[in-house]
Amino acid sequence: MTDDPSVVVAPPLPSAGSSLHRRDFVRLLGGGIIVLFNADLSDLLGQETRTRGYPTDFNAYLRIAGDGRVTIYSGKIEMGQGIVTSLAQMAADELAVSLNSIDMVMGDTALCPFDNGTYGSMSTRFFGPALRAAAAEAKAVLLTLASEHLKTPPDTLSVEDGMVFLTSDRKTRVTFGQLAKGQKIVRTLDGKAVTKSVPEFRVMGRPEKRRDARAKVTGRAQFAGDIRPPGMLFAKVLRLPAHGAALKSVDTSAAARLPGVVVVNEGGMVAVLHTDPEAAEKALALIHADFDVPGPAFDDKTVFAHLLSVAGEGEEREKKGDLAEGEKRSVSLFEGKYVNGYGAHAPIETHTALARLEGGTMTVWSSTQTPFPSQQAIAQAIGFAVENVRVITPFVGGGFGGKSAGLQAIEAAKLAKLTGKPVQVCWSRAEEFFLDSFRPAAVVRIRSGLDGAGRICLWDYQVYAAGSRSSEQFYDVPNNLIRTYGRWGSEIPKMHLFATGPWRAPGANLNVFARESQIDAMAAKAKVDPLEFRLNNTSDKRMRRVLEAAAGRFGWKKAVAPSSRGVGVACGIDAGTYVALMAEVSVDAATGSVKVGRIVCAQDMGVVINPDGAKMQMEGCVMMGLGYTLSEEVRFNGGRILTRNFDTYEVPRFSGMPEIETVLVKNDELTPQGGGEPAIVPVGAVVANAIFDATGARLFQMPMTAERVKEALK
Amino acid sequence: MRENSISFRLNGKPIRLDVDGDRTLLWVLRTDLGLTGTKFGCGESLCGACTVVVSKEAVRSCQVPMKAVRGKDVTTIEGLAPNGKLHPLQEAFADTGGLQCGFCTPGMIMNAYALLLKTPKPTRSQIRAGMDDNLCRCAAHHRIVQAIERVSAPA
Ligand code: FES
Ligand code: FES
Repeated sequence: MTDDPSVVVAPPLPSAGSSLHRRDFVRLLGGGIIVLFNADLSDLLGQETRTRGYPTDFNAYLRIAGDGRVTIYSGKIEMGQGIVTSLAQMAADELAVSLNSIDMVMGDTALCPFDNGTYGSMSTRFFGPALRAAAAEAKAVLLTLASEHLKTPPDTLSVEDGMVFLTSDRKTRVTFGQLAKGQKIVRTLDGKAVTKSVPEFRVMGRPEKRRDARAKVTGRAQFAGDIRPPGMLFAKVLRLPAHGAALKSVDTSAAARLPGVVVVNEGGMVAVLHTDPEAAEKALALIHADFDVPGPAFDDKTVFAHLLSVAGEGEEREKKGDLAEGEKRSVSLFEGKYVNGYGAHAPIETHTALARLEGGTMTVWSSTQTPFPSQQAIAQAIGFAVENVRVITPFVGGGFGGKSAGLQAIEAAKLAKLTGKPVQVCWSRAEEFFLDSFRPAAVVRIRSGLDGAGRICLWDYQVYAAGSRSSEQFYDVPNNLIRTYGRWGSEIPKMHLFATGPWRAPGANLNVFARESQIDAMAAKAKVDPLEFRLNNTSDKRMRRVLEAAAGRFGWKKAVAPSSRGVGVACGIDAGTYVALMAEVSVDAATGSVKVGRIVCAQDMGVVINPDGAKMQMEGCVMMGLGYTLSEEVRFNGGRILTRNFDTYEVPRFSGMPEIETVLVKNDELTPQGGGEPAIVPVGAVVANAIFDATGARLFQMPMTAERVKEALK
Repeated sequence: MRENSISFRLNGKPIRLDVDGDRTLLWVLRTDLGLTGTKFGCGESLCGACTVVVSKEAVRSCQVPMKAVRGKDVTTIEGLAPNGKLHPLQEAFADTGGLQCGFCTPGMIMNAYALLLKTPKPTRSQIRAGMDDNLCRCAAHHRIVQAIERVSAPA
């Protein structure tokens, strides 16, 4: 493997931050051939949130410089999902250049155009097609230039490896660099560029090694906490003991007596800073503070009743037929209530930022999924004009939807402004658990019915606090109603005591757990094999294909559950991708502990750009999913978060690793769909169904801890 | 010898530091020495992100006071590829995709490095047991095991 300097995720410390005005933007781009493009549905929807001063008709661009190098500028960030590689693959293929000649500049508000953020499996789905079109457009420009240069019509020319040549005589040729040199051609993508079809792929569709791998295995990859400007201070901020608490009085005199400590007490923020982070920690422990703490309103056990009590009216999401009619036709009725507590993101890298004030510009290196919204929030918090704040996003050590609020970046910027020194804020693990925006605790209630022919004729679905994602009906149910009561993004007042937010496939994990558990219960009652029951009840072709593909690989043998074999099936749709899982588990009846031995995951995600990357995401989804399924739950009492570290918040480990087999179901007719989240959504359901098959006990609450399984076995 | 002077070997080279012996190795590496490849993840010996190798043993550097490394041999991720040539484990992690965000990766590799020093040909269950206290939130476990197996498998 060669050293790969072409992955420029985090430019090194620049001498000074640069600000950006709209009129300067195109001038700043420098020479070459530039194609501006808009690559994000979410950005189109969120136009009004854009920063004044930023161009509004594109959110990324591609540039071919006079040396022939291709650079993609995008506000998206790399947090492990692999877009540093997959996006470069797309551009390389459409442009007909080698992967090595592509550089990526990402997540830097001074160099990249506005972008709303990196979340929701959107990068490949929306960004990808636009990037490919931009690259195809650039190639068309190059062809025209080459045709003038070589004085021959474009249709006599071919393009390969950064070079345009006469098809009949490869020696008559010109390089991209020669063509781009001295040019200043700016195109805005108009949607007419023709991109490659799947059989024409050269770089896409091929397994490609991660371009950031070398930096990451050598420890050279820089994360926000690794930026080390001279004179920097490490800050520790005084936290409330509970959400909803208020600071009554504070005495920092003992802390201030520690040599080298800087104490800040301003505008409600109390912090201690030191050149040694451990000394700052010691100083923090010396602060005496009194708080008003409200009495606990509810806790991790009573939260579900609370959610139902504040739920209010709800919204209808999907309606078909008539529930009363469905009930009339039902020969058996089923009622299920499924619950799931709060979940933490718990990335191994805690929220971290380094802020430095220089020449009137506040530059913040931040571990964030949303550099541009964060730039605005920082500017507002420190009273700077937006263009005088620059957010640079180095590699992000995992996000999963949790690195969006950016409080740590605001804290670092405030402290850098107050002290005049570069300041790092790196949350402790306890702070990370306290300040996280949790996946909301949530409840799903389902009333369903089967008719005399074993077909589902009633589906009355209500979801509280999780939102509707992946609750969409794909079974053929004539009488179907889906209602939601509060969701992240539009929470019902007083529903939660602390921040909630998106967590890898927000809401979908519980929705699929509930639906697929209920389906399984109906199959068992009808005495039909659970796979057959699903196939009998859905005519959705993509779903049938992934179910059949999973069954083929798994070696599914027909039986009515519980068969005591411990096998289960579950399926779902998320981010346009169809996924079916089959699992094999064993349950220790004495302890209730569940061991997942094998999981097969079959997925139809449309055209696959990087099959190896896609499989890696599927394996990661399954493995991460076992955490929410079996062990992860935030403990709290009122506003106090009792979960403080990984000893009580148990994330998946090597010892719990099943054999994971992945199957990509070919579907080249469909543009690429989401890959970072879909496979996680049926994990809870497939394990619950396999536990039922093993023991005859059905679990209605996730995580399915040993204690809960034991209880269910009674 | 000055009370606060601590001599040890770091990545194969002798080094002497004037530091308080109660400070932890993790933060001395990351701040005083600028070796930021070793990561902070939990501060309580619960995640393994800070793993380095001290005299052939994988240790959690967030729990090791400087006075405990006096006279010892400390190897960090930066010491595995001293001349730019990757250690076979690093090659294998990169090739198999045993990383996603990469934040747990230095700790994973150092833990695996110590595991293989002790058990050059571990079984899969020895690998799982030996790596169990290193957490990877991106859930790259599958590929990490493959990477370690690739290095340790008989040629
Ligand atoms: S930081 Fe040392 S084990 Fe987590
Ligand atoms: S690769 Fe992200 S934590 Fe392991």
